[in-house]
Amino acid sequence: MSATQESSSDQKIRVLIAKPGLDGHDRGAKIVARALRDGGCEVIYTGIRQTPQMIAEAALQEDVDVVGLSILSGAHLELFPRIVEELRSRGLDDVLLFCGGIIPEEDTDALEEMGFSAIFRPGTNTRDIVSFVYENVTAA
Amino acid sequence: MPSQSKQEWLEGTYRKAVERNPERAESFRTTGETVLDPVYAPEDIPSNGDLGFPGEYPFTRGVQPTMYRGRLWTMRQYAGFGTAEESNERYRYLLDQGQTGLSVAFDLPTQIGYDSDDPMAMGEVGKVGVAIDSIDDMRTLFREIPLDRVTTSMTINGTAAVLLGLYIAVGKEQGVPLDKLGGTVQNDILKEYITRGTWIYPPTPSMRLITDVFRFCSENVPRWNTISISGYHMREAGCTAAQEIAFTLANGIAYVDAAVAAGLDVDAFAGRLSFFFACHNNLLEEVSKFRAARRIWATIMKERFEAQNPRSMMLRFHTQTGGATLTAQQPENNIVRTTLQALAAVLGGTQSLHTNSMDEALSLPTEKAVQIALRTQQVIAYESGAGDVIDPLGGSWYIESMTDRLEGEARDYLKTIEDLGGAPAALEQGFQQREIQEASYRYQREVEDKDRVIVGVNDFAITGEEPPELLRVDPSIGRRQVERLQALRAGRDNAAADAAIAALEEGARGTDNLVPLIVAAVEARATLGEISHALRRAWGEYREIVVV
Repeated sequence: MSATQESSSDQKIRVLIAKPGLDGHDRGAKIVARALRDGGCEVIYTGIRQTPQMIAEAALQEDVDVVGLSILSGAHLELFPRIVEELRSRGLDDVLLFCGGIIPEEDTDALEEMGFSAIFRPGTNTRDIVSFVYENVTAA
Repeated sequence: MPSQSKQEWLEGTYRKAVERNPERAESFRTTGETVLDPVYAPEDIPSNGDLGFPGEYPFTRGVQPTMYRGRLWTMRQYAGFGTAEESNERYRYLLDQGQTGLSVAFDLPTQIGYDSDDPMAMGEVGKVGVAIDSIDDMRTLFREIPLDRVTTSMTINGTAAVLLGLYIAVGKEQGVPLDKLGGTVQNDILKEYITRGTWIYPPTPSMRLITDVFRFCSENVPRWNTISISGYHMREAGCTAAQEIAFTLANGIAYVDAAVAAGLDVDAFAGRLSFFFACHNNLLEEVSKFRAARRIWATIMKERFEAQNPRSMMLRFHTQTGGATLTAQQPENNIVRTTLQALAAVLGGTQSLHTNSMDEALSLPTEKAVQIALRTQQVIAYESGAGDVIDPLGGSWYIESMTDRLEGEARDYLKTIEDLGGAPAALEQGFQQREIQEASYRYQREVEDKDRVIVGVNDFAITGEEPPELLRVDPSIGRRQVERLQALRAGRDNAAADAAIAALEEGARGTDNLVPLIVAAVEARATLGEISHALRRAWGEYREIVVV
């Protein structure tokens, strides 16, 4: 990770942290956004109550390498496929996807099939999230 | 020779000991980063002289003269999920188990003013609480629960007036007069803007809706707690104990200001204001927090608002143990955390209490986990003796010193918020949001650097844990709610519903009290979404101030 501290701003990995659905629990999303920023990424945080279209549109406009979704309401299995669909319909097929929040273990396979490369649950060290992003984004 | 003062002891006996064997940490700190002394002594308590007694101003030691010797706190478990039928079953189970009041959790569409068939409700129906679209659902929710005999707390804010209207309408159907209805609506929109996130309308019309509820209830539903001014969610979002007191009471000041500006007499409504705090892990700091909050509020109501009735000066509060302190790892440990937090709430003089279930870092709680959580309160109430003496920690040099210190820190924050123009103006500048995030991020860093140990997470971890059995909300609930809505719209007098909605929208553009218009609309079987959309048309929607 030390190499990233030296990279110039135009080479920064661009990350969108988004809150789909209606839940207002944004403590985790904001901590992750800030940890990634401290880790050298360019982070865009959407705020709460984002529809799948809004998230995909923000990902496109901001030209991000990574999309991280945070949800604690239990609506992930309904909302995440829509978000993936909206991203693909905008040609964003190679964006790295990860998610976090209250997500039961038994949903892991379904989310991996949708294209999520990692699920970060309560108790995660944010350094692991930063490392995950750097290890999996090759474009930077 | 024994030391004659704390100073002498610190410089003598203590210093020599530390020089020989350093302590296990360089400093010991509260959640607010205050460095603690190794011991407390009489010289640490400037306020000792005006501590007072329970049931007397400034109520530091408790709002009632007998506290739990007279009546135990209300054991009120927050519950609700799925449909009204399922939640009704859970409530009747909890009442059978000895719970003494209801606390309703609503799903997010209900909280944000969307019907279950609204596109914005996709995936959310019945998930974090019960879905209520109309009077039909509300009637089912309270089936066989006599509303003149239980009190009901409803965690509802943006749509609080609608749920109050529905409760009144169901009470009328049960034949319960308005003056026999007892309960609480959270109705605290300011903390929704700051952190909880179920806002709908901009601040000005939202505050008007709140003062309409104050006025309507003071004239018609005298046993109703018209607001529960909540620090809980700000604490859960990461603020410190002192910030929790200050940001909550600053919001309280704003509500009293708004009600007074709307022409209400302070003593006509202030006795029905209630509060809601979190209780986290630092046991003695939390006990002190409740005591400090009571004292500050009493002086604000007396000195600033010139309340005459002592009841207007009493900070009565509900407590919930800290959801954010629960760990997904080794979830059984959460029973112990919850026990300590519940004990702190009791030692701090709470009026009602919710104890979290051990599995809530993983999902909604199972029935078994909820039962253990309720039993935790019952063990404290009936076995520990903690409630047999009022304010049993009063007079402890540490507790009194901490109470004074938290009062001072909170008053400093209150001054800052006042200088920014009051709580609504401060939050529009992102002040509280920024403070909460700074504290939250600092805490996270401390945990990750192991400056703070979380048992089972960053220390004492085990690998290969068996995942516990979890509650899963039936995914067909969304479809069933949509079917009920279709049946409602097909079976009602649509002209009457439309007329009631039109009258409400016109009222919203004017100055009439909206509560009677909402009651009329729900009785005409207008839906929660239709009512909320009428108000959106009149008032517009709030836009989040994003602070990272």
